[in-house]
Order: sequence, then structure tokens, then C-alpha cells
Amino acid sequence: MKQKAGSPQSGDPVDPSRRHAIRSGGLAIAFLWLGGGGIASAAVNARRQSGDAAAALLDGNPAFAPNAFIRIGTDGAVRLVMPTVEMGQAIYTGSSMLLAEELGVGLDQITVEHSPPSDELYGMPLLGGQITGGSTSTRGTWQVLREAGAVARTLLVTAAAAQWRVDASTCTVDRGVVHHSASGRSLGFGALASAAGKLPMPDKVPLKSPKDFQLIGKPLRRVDSADKVTGATQFGIDVRLPGMKIATVKACPTFGGKLASVDDKAARAIPGVVEVIRISDAVAVVADNFWAAKQGLEALDITWDRGENATLTTQQLRDALAESSLNGKSIVAREVGSRPAGGKSVESVYQLPMLAHATMEPLNTTVFVTSDKCEIWVGTQVPARVLGVAAKITGLPEDKIIVHNQYLGGGFGRRLETDSVEQAVALAKQVSYPLKVIWTREEDIRHDRVRPMYHDRISAALDANGFPTWYGYRTSGGTVLGRWAPMAMGKDGLDSDAVECVVEVPYEIPNLKVEWIRHDMPAGLIVGWWRGVGSTHNLFVVESFMDELAHHAGKDPLAYRRALLQRNPRTLALLNLAAEKIGWSGQPLPARVGRGIALGEPFGSRVCAIVETEVTPQGEVRLRRAVVTLDCGIAVNPSSVEAQIQGGLLFGLSAALYSDITIKDGAIEQGNFHDYRNLRINEAPTIEVYRIENNEAPGGLGEVGTAIAAPALANAIFAATGVRLYKLPVDRGLLVRDPDALKDIVSSVTSGRGGDLS
Amino acid sequence: MLSLSINGESHSVDVSADTPLLWVLRDVIGLTGTKFGCGIAQCGACTVHLDGQPVRSCVLPVGSIGNKAITTIEAIGDTPSGKKIQQAWLDVDVVQCGYCQSGQIMSATALLKRSPNPSDADIDAAMSGNICRCGTYIRIRAAIKQAATGKLEVLQTIVASPEGAAP
Repeated sequence: MKQKAGSPQSGDPVDPSRRHAIRSGGLAIAFLWLGGGGIASAAVNARRQSGDAAAALLDGNPAFAPNAFIRIGTDGAVRLVMPTVEMGQAIYTGSSMLLAEELGVGLDQITVEHSPPSDELYGMPLLGGQITGGSTSTRGTWQVLREAGAVARTLLVTAAAAQWRVDASTCTVDRGVVHHSASGRSLGFGALASAAGKLPMPDKVPLKSPKDFQLIGKPLRRVDSADKVTGATQFGIDVRLPGMKIATVKACPTFGGKLASVDDKAARAIPGVVEVIRISDAVAVVADNFWAAKQGLEALDITWDRGENATLTTQQLRDALAESSLNGKSIVAREVGSRPAGGKSVESVYQLPMLAHATMEPLNTTVFVTSDKCEIWVGTQVPARVLGVAAKITGLPEDKIIVHNQYLGGGFGRRLETDSVEQAVALAKQVSYPLKVIWTREEDIRHDRVRPMYHDRISAALDANGFPTWYGYRTSGGTVLGRWAPMAMGKDGLDSDAVECVVEVPYEIPNLKVEWIRHDMPAGLIVGWWRGVGSTHNLFVVESFMDELAHHAGKDPLAYRRALLQRNPRTLALLNLAAEKIGWSGQPLPARVGRGIALGEPFGSRVCAIVETEVTPQGEVRLRRAVVTLDCGIAVNPSSVEAQIQGGLLFGLSAALYSDITIKDGAIEQGNFHDYRNLRINEAPTIEVYRIENNEAPGGLGEVGTAIAAPALANAIFAATGVRLYKLPVDRGLLVRDPDALKDIVSSVTSGRGGDLS
Repeated sequence: MLSLSINGESHSVDVSADTPLLWVLRDVIGLTGTKFGCGIAQCGACTVHLDGQPVRSCVLPVGSIGNKAITTIEAIGDTPSGKKIQQAWLDVDVVQCGYCQSGQIMSATALLKRSPNPSDADIDAAMSGNICRCGTYIRIRAAIKQAATGKLEVLQTIVASPEGAAP
């Protein structure tokens, strides 16, 4: 999968190139604007912090704990504490590789640990707190974790050199052992741990040059694979405690509604049911096992106070959003030049649906509240926020809240929220035993914090050759950032995430105007993060529109894009490589088979995807093949990079094909995988990932494949059928080759049953 | 009291006969490797074997099982097919979040047992009941083929211990 291109830079790869990777990319950029462009305060540090002594004491008090990430005992066991959480993206492997590379151990010599909640010790520099999201984990810690490993190695070497009375620079480190080859002496990390632990922090520590990397850049097996293939990995939902009971819960289906009353007589009569607990907007049944709890929940006779959203529908939301997109107050995110007079004008409107997350592990939280403390077991992307909300709800001081983070059975931004934790704490503080609250799949989807819907207007002025001299983009939708991190909103109240990947485009277009219209959803309908929010919807619009412009110009979409990328060699190289690998100029494709291109520069990486699809005469979309080319700078673990791109692409294709959260009577209509459909293995195309290698600092990965999927698919469908898709998910009705013929088939099939499906 | 044979051991459980096997495994016996994903046999995360056949334990009432042998992810490595599949999963490094993988491995093991050299169509038929939201399908396909043929099915070799990776 490797492809060499360009010339590697010499020396330390980090500083010269760090700028692009950090500055570009969704959520991260919003936080960089905090404090006038400086990096937010709460951030990981390679050296010992004031909170480290207490944290190490709670973590087995190892002899050597030079920072928040490395613990080495006198037995030589190396434990690495992970600053960000593992939800599938292989960050426990990547972070371990960064630490181990500089520390001088192999991945087979370490064990990994979840970090405790602490913004001070584990704050993500790009997000201003202990947060895993926005494809920032590697970008934000690439430097500091290597430095943390180097600090530890320097101290261990210093300790060895002192004991041997030799110059530290004459010592080497290999697989957990310090060597002095001149005298033939060696000491393991365990033997040096106590002495190293008493040394002062070193000022400057040298980092390896990329040519000396032993781990970084190799496709190493994930550190969490072994337990995940035997079922031994403990996710939040697997937590078991002595005396624990299990609850399942039903919240008011209507956004913002409340619990009016509940008759629980029948539920209490079910064997195994322990009790029924109420909070203001939900009711939970507690039982010895989940099934009894669920039976109890279904036996409740609940009356809801449905509140102001009781009659809300998707159509009302769409209409109001469309109105705002015309007449709402716009905030200009970027304006360059002005629209030239004359020339051909093209305008389109794109609409995107609300989306659920549907992590495979339904939301769950285990809580044990006693008079003087509250203990929580949960897989969360925001451990420190969990601590904060639990303190608020229990009234206990934060130092009496203990959070045990767990492996996450998928995150996708859903576990950046604490709503389910807040609910579980509110329930658990009413009982005297540990309580595991598990949401059913139906509860998980109906009470998701959905990716917002969007209504986007895009237009361009074209020159005589059909190339844009100006483009205008006006995106309208709810703001996630404005609720989730209001302090990170930009100038004039701009949600910088909402305009990610459109304020700057890879193409050479001299004039542009990008606007955002904030359109808040009705109170109670809370919108949330997803696997890419701004970038994912904007790239669909921009790259679909680029295809439209190529069509208007009468040009091949590949040639059209190439012409506009002449001053962007890194992204042009990706386009050319993708075209070559898929065989763009090769054999003609069969009827109703098409290929679509999309490219972009999301999350500090650069990516191009070409999707090849067939559209059946009945309008079914059959994915055949995808080629993705990627420039993510240094690939810390090329195996994980490939997996993230493949998985991200499938996530995006799945959403584009099927996902649509709709609302009726103020409640989400979908509830499980039969009506919130997900791509299955028989529908997955082959996916080839090719990486252009260089020594730039790493870009983001988790959301990159997702962001590029929908436009490549929509453009492929256009190539196959001539139908341009202005809405997602894909409407198969629009893709039927001969709608009248299909109607005849349907009626002939159904006429014998007396049905009328016309 | 119901008697169940799970991973070669006999267990007596005191639950109502309509309780799905999934919750008996997870909440009563304490075998949490089998996962809850949907509760309606749509996602396959709860797949276990009943006399070697893959079944969705979230909709299987324990009262209907009788003396059939239940095998879960915790013991599937003791069978030749299960061992091969788990090893291939490691060699290809299939897992991401890992939550669906117990079910994936149970379905793949049953496939390999009845069809030692499965075609793409066989894989589609056997595995399309298992949803993975992380999108590991490409590597699942490669791993099943690798388990069947012993031939490397991926473009890159995952590096295992001792040179660097986890064992």
C-alpha cells in the first residue's frame, strides 16, 4: 500500500510542518482560537506536574513515574497511561508507540492503562481538556508523548551513568535495558527505577530523527487485539460489582418532555424486578438482570407530559431551516475579493439529514453512590466532564468522585456527551447498591444527540472556460460547538467547525464568500458531534458541486479538478495517484456503472477517494470498489491508518446510503437496526488505501475517511445514472431507470393480493 | 431451575424460561464476552453456538435450549476452527473498537467449520447478519480467507512480537 513521493525533509520533522496538521481540522481549530490563537491551558506535559505525585500514588506508587504517562516498577514492568481513550481508532497502540519509541522498549514489553479523570494531567492540547475527539489524538500528542518517553529514557540513562561513573552520552538503550558497551555493563529499567525516580527533570531531551525510528512507521499489531478476539476485554457494559443491580430506562420520547405519572404495579409483580425509580423526565426499572428490568419497563403504564414539541415533525424543522437559509442572520466566515460581473452562474441547494451514532455498545453507566463518595464506571470520551457532572448531581466534592474509564464499544462523538451519565447518577443516588443502567438500542437511538440537519446554498460564477472565478457558500444549521463549548465560538459568534473545509478549499479559486447561519433547533432537540460534523457535510456539498461545475463546463471531473489544483501539488498528487490506481482512463465501464471523485483536506490530512458503483435498474446502489489516497504525514502505524480510512469510508458510505433520523410527534421515529439501517459486509466494496509518504507531522485520521465518502458516492451515482443527488440519504426512487416500468412490475406482483401500492 | 451446558460445564440457573440466553450468560453466569447490541437479532453481536450452529442469543429463550451444548466466545478458541479464526483475526489485526468482534468470530468460526474454503458469496451469506459500525468488513473478509487457506490475504504484514508489537 505504500507509495513514495516527494523528498523527505531533513532533521526534526515536527516544527516546520506542525502548523498545517494542527491548524486545519474541525473541532481543533475552534479551540486554538481560544485566548487569541494560543493553545488552551489544560494540556499534557512531558514532565512531572504538581498533580503527578497524587496520581502515581493512586496508580500503585511505582518507583519511577517521571510524568503522567510512564510507570516503571523495580521489577522492570513498564505501564503506560493513555491520555486519550480507545474507541476503536487504535490510539492506545499509537500513543504506546510514541512513548515506547523514545523510552526504548518494545510494544511486547508494555501494558496500557486507562487514565483517571484529570484535565491537568491528560488535557488534549488541541481541545483544552481531557477529551478524545476531532481526530486530534495523534496530532495533539505526537510531540509531547515522544518527549515524555525521552524524558524517562534520559533519567534512566542518567541513573545508570551515575552508578557506573561514565558519561551518559556513552550509554545506549535497547528494549528496556541501558548498556555501556565500552565496559560491557548493562542494567535493566527495573534496577534503575528507584534511582531514576529521585533525579531532577531534564531540561532539553533529544528526540530521534525519523530515520532512526524503530516502532513509528511500522504496521504493528494493536496492543488491544489479543483480548478483543477472546471476549476478555471489559467494556463499560461488562462491569460487574458485588451487589450490583441492573436497570433499564425510558425517557420521555418527546424532546424536552417530562414524566407525568407512572403506574408500576404490573412491573413490580414481575419476578426479578427490584424497584422502579423516577426522575423528572424518565423512569427506570431495576432488576436482578437486564431481561427482567426490560420486562418490567414494558409493563409500566406511563403518562408523559409531552411539552411544547408534542406535534413537531421533520418537515417543520426542514421548512424552518430553509426559511432561515434565505432570511436568517448570516455571519461571514471568510470573504476574499468579490463576485466578478458577468459570466455563467450556477447555484445549487443541498440538504442533509439528522444522523444518529448507533455505537455497537449501547449507552450504559454503572454508578455506586454512598454517603461520602460516588464511583462511576463508564466508557467516555470526556472523563473529566463526567467527574464534573457527577459532583454537581450528587453534591459531593470532586475529590469524592471516582471515575473508572473503560474501553468504548464505539464513540463517534456520542460519548463526548454526558447525558446518559447524568441520568444514571440521578437514578443511582436513589438506591443503596451499585446500579448499572443500560439503554436499550431503541432508547439509544431515540435519545441520541443527533448530528444536525443542514440546508446549504452554494453558487459559483464561471469564466469562459467553465472554471470558477468566485464561489459563494451559505450553510445553515444548528450549532454543536455553541452548546458543547460556547467559549470556543469565534468572532461574531461564528461556529468555526460549521465552515470547516469550505473557508479554505484545495482549489485555486480567486474570490469567495463563506457564510454561516445559526439556526437553533427547538429547545429539547439537542444536536451533537458525530464522526466529523462540519467537514463531513461541507465536503459532500463542495465536492458534489465541483462535479456539477465540471459537468457544466463539459469537462471530465478528473481533468477539471486537475486544472484547479496546479498550485497544490500535495493534493494534486493524491488525485493523480487515485486516478491511476482505479484506472480512470482505462476500459469503459458497463452501463449504469460510474466512478466518482472527491477530495479534500480535512482534519489536517489530505485525502482523495474514487468510488465505483453500479446502480441497478430498480435503483439499488451496489458498491463495487473504492480507492483512497492519503497524505497524512508520518503514519505512526500504517496498519491502523489503513484500518481507519477503510472503516471511516464505510461509516460515511453507510450514512449516505441509509441514515436519516426523522421526527414525528416530537419524537425520533427510528429505533433499531431494522429502521436505522447500517451497511453490512455483503454491501461493502473492496477498498484500497494508498499513502503518499513524507516526513510531515501526522494529520488526523478517525474522521477523514468518513468525510470523503458521501461526495465520492454521489458523484459515482451521477456518473452511473445522470442523477444529481441534492439530498442525503440516497433516494433510490430517483435512481430507477424506468419508473413507469417499475410501477407496472410492482402492480403485477401485488395485484393478486388485492393490495394497491401505486 | 434450568440446567444449561455452557462451554463444557453444567450450570443451574434460576430464571424465567423466556429469558433470552444472552442475559443468562451476561448477568447470571458472568460470561460477558457475548455482547448486547440490538435485542432483536439484527446485529449479531450476541452470536453463540448451539451444538456448533450459530444462533442469536438475544432472542433465544433459555427454556428452549434443553441439553444442547452452548459455546461462547470465551471457549471458541478450544475448537480447531475457532482457534484458526482467532489467530487470523490477530494476523490481519481485524479489530477496532472490538465490541462486535465476539459475534463476528462466532459467525466466522461456524462458517469455516461447515465450509473450509469459503467463497466471497459464502462469506457474505454467513457474515451479513453481523454489523460492525467501525467498518472492519474488509479485514474480516481477508481474515476468513487467511484462516481457510493459510495464505496471507493482506497487502501488508502486521508485525507481531517480539520485535515490537504486542504478543
